Amino acid sequence: MRSGRPFHRDSLTAFALLVPVVVYLAAFIGFPFVMSFIYSISNATIGDPHFSITGLNNFREMFHDAAFRTSLANTFIFTFVSIALVIVLAHILAELLIRDFPGKWIARFLLMLPWTTPIALGTIGFLWFMDSVYSPFDWLLRKLGLLGSPGDLFGPMSNLYWLARPGLAMASVILVHVWRLLPLATVILIAGLNAIPREIVEAAQIDGAGYFRRLFHITLPLLFPVIGVTVLFSVFFTFTDMTVVWILTRGGPPPHATQVLASLAFLKSIQGGDLAQGAAISLFFFPVLAGIAAIVLRLVKKAVVV
Amino acid sequence: MLKRMVTKSGFYGTLTLFIAFSAMPFYIMLITMFKRNHDLLNPDNNPFIFNEPPTLQHLNLLLHQTQFPVFLLNTLLVGLAVVCITVLLSLPAAYSLARLAGNWGGIVGVGIFLTYLVPPTLLFIPLSRIIADLGLQNSLWALVLVYPTFTVPFCTWLLMSFFKSIPRDIEEQALIDGCSRLGAFFRIILPLSVPGIITVIVFAFTLVVNEYIYALAFIQESGSKTIGIGLTTELIRGDVFYWGALMGGALLASIPVAVIYTLFLDKIISGLNLGSGRQ
Amino acid sequence: MARVRFNDLKKHFGPVKAVDGVDLEIADGEFLVLLGPSGSGKTTLMRLCAGLEEPTAGSIFIDDQVVNDVAPRKRGIAMVFQSYALYPHMTVFKNIAFPLSVEGLPRQEIRDKVEWAAGLLGIAHLLERKPALISGGERQRVAIARALVRRPRVLLMDEPLSNLDAKVRHTARDELKKFQREIGVTTIYVTHDQVEAMGLGDRIAVMNEGKIRQIGSPDEIYQEPADTFVAGFVGLPPMNFLEEGGALTAFRPETFLPADLITDQERRIFNFRVERIEHLGSYLLVYGKVGDNLMIANLSLRHPVEEGTEVPFAVRLADIRYYDRASGRRIVK
Repeated sequence: MRSGRPFHRDSLTAFALLVPVVVYLAAFIGFPFVMSFIYSISNATIGDPHFSITGLNNFREMFHDAAFRTSLANTFIFTFVSIALVIVLAHILAELLIRDFPGKWIARFLLMLPWTTPIALGTIGFLWFMDSVYSPFDWLLRKLGLLGSPGDLFGPMSNLYWLARPGLAMASVILVHVWRLLPLATVILIAGLNAIPREIVEAAQIDGAGYFRRLFHITLPLLFPVIGVTVLFSVFFTFTDMTVVWILTRGGPPPHATQVLASLAFLKSIQGGDLAQGAAISLFFFPVLAGIAAIVLRLVKKAVVV
Repeated sequence: MLKRMVTKSGFYGTLTLFIAFSAMPFYIMLITMFKRNHDLLNPDNNPFIFNEPPTLQHLNLLLHQTQFPVFLLNTLLVGLAVVCITVLLSLPAAYSLARLAGNWGGIVGVGIFLTYLVPPTLLFIPLSRIIADLGLQNSLWALVLVYPTFTVPFCTWLLMSFFKSIPRDIEEQALIDGCSRLGAFFRIILPLSVPGIITVIVFAFTLVVNEYIYALAFIQESGSKTIGIGLTTELIRGDVFYWGALMGGALLASIPVAVIYTLFLDKIISGLNLGSGRQ
Repeated sequence: MARVRFNDLKKHFGPVKAVDGVDLEIADGEFLVLLGPSGSGKTTLMRLCAGLEEPTAGSIFIDDQVVNDVAPRKRGIAMVFQSYALYPHMTVFKNIAFPLSVEGLPRQEIRDKVEWAAGLLGIAHLLERKPALISGGERQRVAIARALVRRPRVLLMDEPLSNLDAKVRHTARDELKKFQREIGVTTIYVTHDQVEAMGLGDRIAVMNEGKIRQIGSPDEIYQEPADTFVAGFVGLPPMNFLEEGGALTAFRPETFLPADLITDQERRIFNFRVERIEHLGSYLLVYGKVGDNLMIANLSLRHPVEEGTEVPFAVRLADIRYYDRASGRRIVK
């Protein structure tokens, strides 16, 4: 019985209030978005305002470039490994934080720090942890007798050289991603856990279902949509991120052990001046983001219907 | 009894591990910023404690011999400008979407939200060209102009769900009590939306402090750098790290942001949480 | 004060015809109740009158002015919402003063008028409180005070008593009628509660499916229902219907009595099979059948009957109404 069609004057007002936002977003998101497609098939460079369309050359060149193939693989590896770890850890942490205990506020504050502080600044702290000489990790391992003498688990050298060895450098990047995403994922999961009606869990308990049966038959299925949202945001933040890589390794150790699409695009375009190559590389985000957008759209629709 | 103690110590043990994981970098920042270089740069010293008496020398260096205060000021200026633009753009748009616009409003709303999903990593290349054409390289105005691209869509969405939570009756009552649409908005809706607006201000500001890629792409001049790129490009020169100052700067800049963000965390998350559909 | 007239008024939401051709005239100072089940269009009709909805067709007059295109604030109306819609960030005083301060009246005049309205409704002691800190009944009074303070030409009320608990509702109803008489404001009152409608209305308009089914005094509506919808909707328990050929014979449960109680010669006798009896304090409800038709009788405690027996019951002919089975319209014999 509520209003479906507003009055004409209200429609006009509605339109007028929306115009500034729509114009701004069209100019600074829509237009550049289209431009990045155009750049990707051109020979645009950063210094020269003129460019011409050169077809699919950039893409051909890109596929023959080992750096690109490595970056593409790294991007997916970082994203998927990070998210798998985040989901598992966040679930444990959410189960812990859903209880009440003395000092919960301060625990929550500390646990949220990685999300609430600017990522560039947080990553700076890790630089010290992963320093080639003074790493506190290495110090701890040496004290535990796992590193530094012949026969030790992690080898005889005094340091692990976190950011200088390809495998460890990748692990370091993943570690920082997990560190950063864990709080957000936890908070979303807690919201989901709180939304599960207590009666359902209690009814299952009365019916004699043990912890794991409850987990797999009740909690997880009911949490599924929330886990979906968590994955969505995690993919979005990890897949397109270059800050962590840039600050920790600059894509190294050489040539491109931890390079990701975003940092490679930055390297080619801003540092190398080749806007066209950079645009072609960054367009590889598009299919994944379009997928995320499609899922979000469905969620929005559902949220509107409910 | 024993079982409960085991469960309890298991609970606190696991919790402590998680807290150590999350907070350790900040602890290290804190302790490093007050450590003497002689203490800090000895691989055999315990890195988690003071082996020598603490010192203010790094802090002194940071505040007086680096451009850290300039970075902070730049960040603050950009943050304030972006917050103003964001509120001025989002507030009317969100109100329009929540109350006035009919079916087409829903489509525009989803469209605005989708622009949030276009990441800076896709846009910085064409935008750097636009910024160059506008002659704004190395200018804070470049950031002021571009940052609303990621604050406006989300804040519009957030405010929209906030407006929707205000009962329509109250607004209609104001219309009957003598207000025009605009009058009802300013006299009734706006005062009731203050918590939502504050949330948006906090969120937009923290997003600005968080931003890295645009700043890295548009600003090379150290006097115009913001805090994130300032610290990581000016205090790390080749292999020379001003470790104490670097850590101190990171900590000093991040703690205030963390505190205000934490106070508004629940509201921001409920805005993020599309899936629950309970807005 | 003012007259209100709806002229073939329609409001469609897509395929839903919320208000579907309403003609209605409300006299100056009259208390008109719009009564109907939820979804009958009564609230939409009121919102049309308030200017919160735009009519699809037809016109709305206040006095002799067409107000279709007049903004709500310029119609000289006041409204009390079901939720009371008090402004949560303002004190009770500011709430009541709001319509006056929008008008831009001088401070002293506002104060005088607010005090007058607050005194009338007995809420003078609440003026400095916020709405969240007062009871439901008090909120309702604040909402009414805010509506009356501007001396509106027309007062609209949308189920203002439905959020009160049963005990408060009773006194609130009584007071509401008193205020309205005192001020003499033309009032349109929406409710789905027939007891409220009976108690408050000078006239009642019964609505269903966007149309007005009957307009009349409470007594007319109850005694002479114009069709089977009104007959079934008004009255608790509803009218008894007996199928006889193409017509329905209908009578109220309280007129359906054991035959020996009706000495009148002008009566009809039915064989009533008593199935179940409910004792409801001051009276009995007797459920049973006449032929295949379910019947209810409302008896005083002094005339008990027994479950499982078949008893002759009677109705005075004057209490019987007839309706056409196909159209539902009343047949006057």
